[in-house]
Amino acid sequence: MSSLFSRFRKGKKKTGATRITIDPVTRIEGHLMIEAMVEAGEVKEVKSSGTLFRGFEIFLQGREPRDAQRITQRVCGVCPTSHSVASALNLDSAFGLADKIPDNGRILRNLVLGANYLQSHILHFYHLAALDYVDVTAVANYSGGDWDLKAVKEFMARGQLGPLVPRYEGDYRFDQATNQELTGHYIKALEARKLAQEALAIFGGKMPHNATVCPGGITEHPTVDKIANLLWRLNRVRDFIDTMYVPDILAVARAYPDYFEIGDGCGNLLSYGVFDLDGKDPDYGARKRLHSQGALEGMKRLHPLDLNNITESIKHSWYKGDWTRPPCEEVTEPDRAKKDGYSWIKSPRYDGKVYEVGPLARMLVSYFAGLDPVKNMVDDVLGQLGARPEVLNSTLGRHAARALETKFVADAMASWLLELKPGEPVCAEYDVPEDAEGLGIVGAPRGALLHYIRIKDRKIDKYQLVVPTTWNASPRDDKEQPGPMEQAIIGTKIRDPENPYEILRIVRSFDPCLACAIHTINHRGRKLGEFKVV
Amino acid sequence: MDDMLSESRGAVTEYPAVWLAGAGCSGCSVSLLNAVSPDIRNVLFDPVLPGKHVNLRFHPIIMAGQGEPAMKVLLDTRVENPKGYLLLVEGAVPTAEEGLYCTIGDLSGKHMTMQDTLVEMAGDAMAVVCVGTCSSFGGISASAPNPSGSRSVSEVLEENGIETPLINVPGCPPHPDWVVGTIAMVLLNGLPGPDDLDPARRPRAFYGKLIHDNCPRRAYFDAGQFARHTGDPGCLYELGCKGPMTYADCPTRLWNNGLNWCVGAGAPCIGCVEPTFPDKLQPMYHKLNDDRLSRFKLKTR
Repeated sequence: MSSLFSRFRKGKKKTGATRITIDPVTRIEGHLMIEAMVEAGEVKEVKSSGTLFRGFEIFLQGREPRDAQRITQRVCGVCPTSHSVASALNLDSAFGLADKIPDNGRILRNLVLGANYLQSHILHFYHLAALDYVDVTAVANYSGGDWDLKAVKEFMARGQLGPLVPRYEGDYRFDQATNQELTGHYIKALEARKLAQEALAIFGGKMPHNATVCPGGITEHPTVDKIANLLWRLNRVRDFIDTMYVPDILAVARAYPDYFEIGDGCGNLLSYGVFDLDGKDPDYGARKRLHSQGALEGMKRLHPLDLNNITESIKHSWYKGDWTRPPCEEVTEPDRAKKDGYSWIKSPRYDGKVYEVGPLARMLVSYFAGLDPVKNMVDDVLGQLGARPEVLNSTLGRHAARALETKFVADAMASWLLELKPGEPVCAEYDVPEDAEGLGIVGAPRGALLHYIRIKDRKIDKYQLVVPTTWNASPRDDKEQPGPMEQAIIGTKIRDPENPYEILRIVRSFDPCLACAIHTINHRGRKLGEFKVV
Repeated sequence: MDDMLSESRGAVTEYPAVWLAGAGCSGCSVSLLNAVSPDIRNVLFDPVLPGKHVNLRFHPIIMAGQGEPAMKVLLDTRVENPKGYLLLVEGAVPTAEEGLYCTIGDLSGKHMTMQDTLVEMAGDAMAVVCVGTCSSFGGISASAPNPSGSRSVSEVLEENGIETPLINVPGCPPHPDWVVGTIAMVLLNGLPGPDDLDPARRPRAFYGKLIHDNCPRRAYFDAGQFARHTGDPGCLYELGCKGPMTYADCPTRLWNNGLNWCVGAGAPCIGCVEPTFPDKLQPMYHKLNDDRLSRFKLKTR
């Protein structure tokens, strides 16, 4: 049976299907369009398409290798730290330094990256996702003394409510008092994420785009005053996580329990782990990390991570040809006229199967790898909600995993601070080699991140990135398997095609970052026939 | 009591504003979220200056709406406030394939390119503020060989004969104070006069002095004491610092609530506010050749 999309395009309106186009998807990072074909109130087909292409892999060529470590941060301004660390690990491996990073350097990198996890996750739930669940207009009736809420009330009284409206309507379930309280938390979360950025800058130099993570380690030195300074900004963020972020997730879960059944993904979860606890093993895929590396198949079978299993298909991507290759063998030849293509994102697959990445993947891989702190957190929340583990493969499961991971990382950071040794080295010395190859893998807030480099004549000959949202927002592959986000949306019941909040709630649970996924789309202005654009 | 309080604060004039995001990374937006005083709550919801509120109606990262209703906000803002709204732009403008390397939304069945949307929105704006190096000068998005054909906002507007007053607030990302400060200057004093901006249209208030002239490590430079290895004390000139070529007040303003800055943290400046960033300031870790520093009387060994 041919695609509903193509039958619709051919003007066969008698399909009875409605096409929903959501462009732009807002409250994500970057440029994303979702197109869904809905028949009998259910999504039958989906296309996720990114709409911006810059071309990092192209313009990195020929540059001095160390510049890649600063330039790749500019792939994304929300998670640049992940790229700075992935690139540093990449160059470390190319320069023969993978097992030579001084402990101070390793720990400081973890603190810098950890602080960005806190910022990114808090930003995501409150400032990107929460407006899908919280009716902020309830604050117009606020009569209490919280000065943040009084400020928002005065703002609303002036009558210009942008950017809080327009918005989808029809499914806000909290009572007035809870809506008001959660709106207050939205404002307090602005302060919490700012504190996390400040904690990062203490050893990162500045944020966004830290200056200090570099091949060999880091440029900043731990001193006692900086350690204390970071600790007390961190502690204020931990207070926020414990008293607001985690409880608010549980509140959303209790008010919207159907979202444990909506947005179920492919059930295969991939993690490269994150936060090196051991700097001696040169194999990043095997060394001890705070979160474990692994590939969880079908939500139950954990396999050790094998990077040789990673391939990318370009069947439905705007590149010449129809190959499926490992990253180090890929070539990037744009072809926007390609008939079968609908996205500039390639389709990364693991062992030929669709795998999802992100906090859910990391928490569950660590859970199955037997990490007690993670097991305890997850079991505790499932117990509080009276829910089975399978429910985690869902919209709410992703949000819950992200919140728990935020707590897990924040608490770990407090203990890492005490492992720093002022006065000891922070960076290994090295020479840039003439010819070399490197690979760096790390967990970014949004999932598994890989950087690859080939150096020739002391210049970048090839630089490839396979980034989290490439996995999650990928198009169908050579076997026509839809990508993780597409799979999560297919089968969803849509109550009102004019207000398809169901789709947006699922999309935002993935925390997409399209600047990371690097892609574009060519529509050539084709006439699309009759459709609903919402 | 509430009425009394708001009356005591006086009437508020609304300044509509919209924020377009082109070929960029969102770092400029994230940096703005880090503003300390005023903080982002003040900027979004409060009269950021007495009697004046910037009503940010369209911003793809924080706005509640999505899809066509969101795009209609852009249209309505322009139609209802001719010459009366502020247009902020983050990210460069891809021009390859008639702009199709960057589409930002769907309006009446048409995929709107960043290029077309910018031209449409800039013509009727009160002023255009380019946030970040990509929108100001092309930046990393436009680095060679520039497969997306990314251009600066000012280039695209000039090509299209649009003469709306324009201010560049570059940086990769820009310091939130530079962004908020520029908006505050426009609200307080109106559009900048000829002496307020430098030849690259950057406010002299923030970009008037070289990093090198205010650097705490300048004494080391003058004495010829250079750091040789990462993390060493001393001037970072030999490690690639572009401070002598870079106009910004980072050494005195400091970053993230006054906590740190690149050179202070041991990292050489990469010149991220400059029109020449990154291509003409590379390699980042190679020292500026001595010719460019002759006026600083560089002491070499």
